[in-house]
Amino acid sequence: MSEPIRVQDLTKRFGDFEAVRDVTFTAEAGSITALLGPSGSGKSTVLRMIAGLETPTRGRIWLGDEEQTHKSVQERRVGFVFQHYALFRHMTVWENVRFGLAVRRMPKREQRARVEELLDLVQLGPFRDRYPEQLSGGQRQRVALARALAPRPNVLLLDEPFGALDARVRQDLRRWLDDLHRELGVTSLLVTHDQDEALELANKVVVMHEGRIEQVGTPNEIYHEPATAFVAGFVGSANVLRGQVVAGHVQVGEHRVPIANDVADGIDAQVFVRPHDVRVGASAGGAGPARATVERIVTLGWLSRVALRLGDGQVITAELPSDELSDVGLGDEVTVRVRRARAFRTSDALGVAEPAGAGARGRSDA
Amino acid sequence: MSAGAGVRRKHDRARMRRGRGVAVRGALVTVCVLYLAVLLLAPLGGIVWQARKPGWSALGDPFTRSDVVHAFWLTAIIALITVAVTTAFGVIVAWVLIRHRFRGRALLNGLVDLPFALSPVTVGLACVLLFGRGGWFHEFFAARGIQIIFALPSMVLVTIFISIPFTIREVQPVLEEIGTEEEDAARTLGASVLQTFFRVTLPNIRWGLLYGIALSAARAIGEIGAVLVVSGLIQGRTETATLYIYRAMEERKTASAYAVALTLAGVSILILAAIEWLKHKRTREDEA
Repeated sequence: MSEPIRVQDLTKRFGDFEAVRDVTFTAEAGSITALLGPSGSGKSTVLRMIAGLETPTRGRIWLGDEEQTHKSVQERRVGFVFQHYALFRHMTVWENVRFGLAVRRMPKREQRARVEELLDLVQLGPFRDRYPEQLSGGQRQRVALARALAPRPNVLLLDEPFGALDARVRQDLRRWLDDLHRELGVTSLLVTHDQDEALELANKVVVMHEGRIEQVGTPNEIYHEPATAFVAGFVGSANVLRGQVVAGHVQVGEHRVPIANDVADGIDAQVFVRPHDVRVGASAGGAGPARATVERIVTLGWLSRVALRLGDGQVITAELPSDELSDVGLGDEVTVRVRRARAFRTSDALGVAEPAGAGARGRSDA
Repeated sequence: MSAGAGVRRKHDRARMRRGRGVAVRGALVTVCVLYLAVLLLAPLGGIVWQARKPGWSALGDPFTRSDVVHAFWLTAIIALITVAVTTAFGVIVAWVLIRHRFRGRALLNGLVDLPFALSPVTVGLACVLLFGRGGWFHEFFAARGIQIIFALPSMVLVTIFISIPFTIREVQPVLEEIGTEEEDAARTLGASVLQTFFRVTLPNIRWGLLYGIALSAARAIGEIGAVLVVSGLIQGRTETATLYIYRAMEERKTASAYAVALTLAGVSILILAAIEWLKHKRTREDEA
């Protein structure tokens, strides 16, 4: 039943504005693929083109072996879940779920059985006679999901499905969707600006920025081996330092920061370091690791966030377990070691470059 | 000056201000009631007063006359056709204006209000110019033996023209407000364009649409200026209820003029009641 989704060179222009440009990727059959990016990155437009709700300016779309590019919305048999649920407000829960079966003229008895089945699946049987306005946000989105799944779609497209919900409900629903997906195994494409959502749910993440793909990879690859400065800055939090590349290191002030990726010698670079990849030690004196002064300590229970000022004035933030901090206080001079730092040519980082010293940027709940 | 006195004075000032507020509001309400009563209720009361003068039993007399009965029939037919046409096209035009962006859209949108701005007599005159002897379309219809001017077609035409804006203007904001997501959802669920319209869009705009229909109907029933010009005033053939009143007044048959006027007023009040009920229904649904 489930098919892979493949798009090639997908491009969409609205007047002079290029919303999507040369997007190519495959969402494997039965998996969850996330389209991750900030708002305005074109990810929703890609989804709407796959559904047939927008016509691509250029490019092709396949579901399985069948090309869909010129097919109408109805013919594509996709399930679509909208951010704001888009439930039919004049219909009950039951009628909403039945809609896709009724317009396809499924026999009445089969309709009834299928709706029952789906209401059981989303655990909303007792709410069948309610109208959407009588449901909570989480319940509405479950109805929307049941409605999308009822006609047995080839693929499921989710456009920021949890975007309009409270953080708590969002978490619950995310876990629930994960379970549901394991059970159904329908190819799913999830559009989100929430990296946690993408990293937790998806087998594969497509990071988009300004209409283009920045990187395609597993959640691990995206997080640990960002291919561009944008990905490094957008996924997870990162310190951004400035320096010059010298033989596999970046010279930041007097410190030599080892880097994990290949960058040409001699260029100005931005170095991205995850806060949990910064190690803090008591000052030993002499040569060796970089030295810094403790400027601020914020303790969040077991985790502490420490702002450190390096010799050249740049600030770097470290995150470490609070109990490793017992002998470090404000104003102390400490040693700093970083690992898994990644450098990108400064000009590549335009648009995401932040002033040195901005420290770690949390992106989890933007 | 003690702090207590200051507080008290402030308190007094607030009370005075509140007192003045009540007075102003009272004056405004009075003006509003008087204005509406004098301008709206007085004429209506006058008609009732005059109509009952010959005695209530005589009120029904005009309705035994064939020209009066015919006038009502004609009004009903014109109103029905008008409502049917303005409803169908009104929804289409509103939908196109809200859902599509095209060159000249703003102009078209502004044009919708033209019938509000034009005097109905002008509309009638324009119709005569187009379809009357020597008009652009006269030859075409005359050759086929179709009478437009001084006949039902032109009367329907001008009434439609005058009633165009109501449905469009009532449906537009509702369409705008419901957005396109539900329609998109219906399409992804396999609904055709028509299924989407009848199962999703129409139920969502129904109260606004019914409100527009009621307004169009009231307008069509009451129209006289444009119809007067194109009808030719042929008794028992092109005479609507409003035209009958007009002629009865001229012929000093005031009793039947008032009786017919009272009936039309009654219909209007019924439509008005329906409109109020619809409005109530709509706001209640919005709040739910």
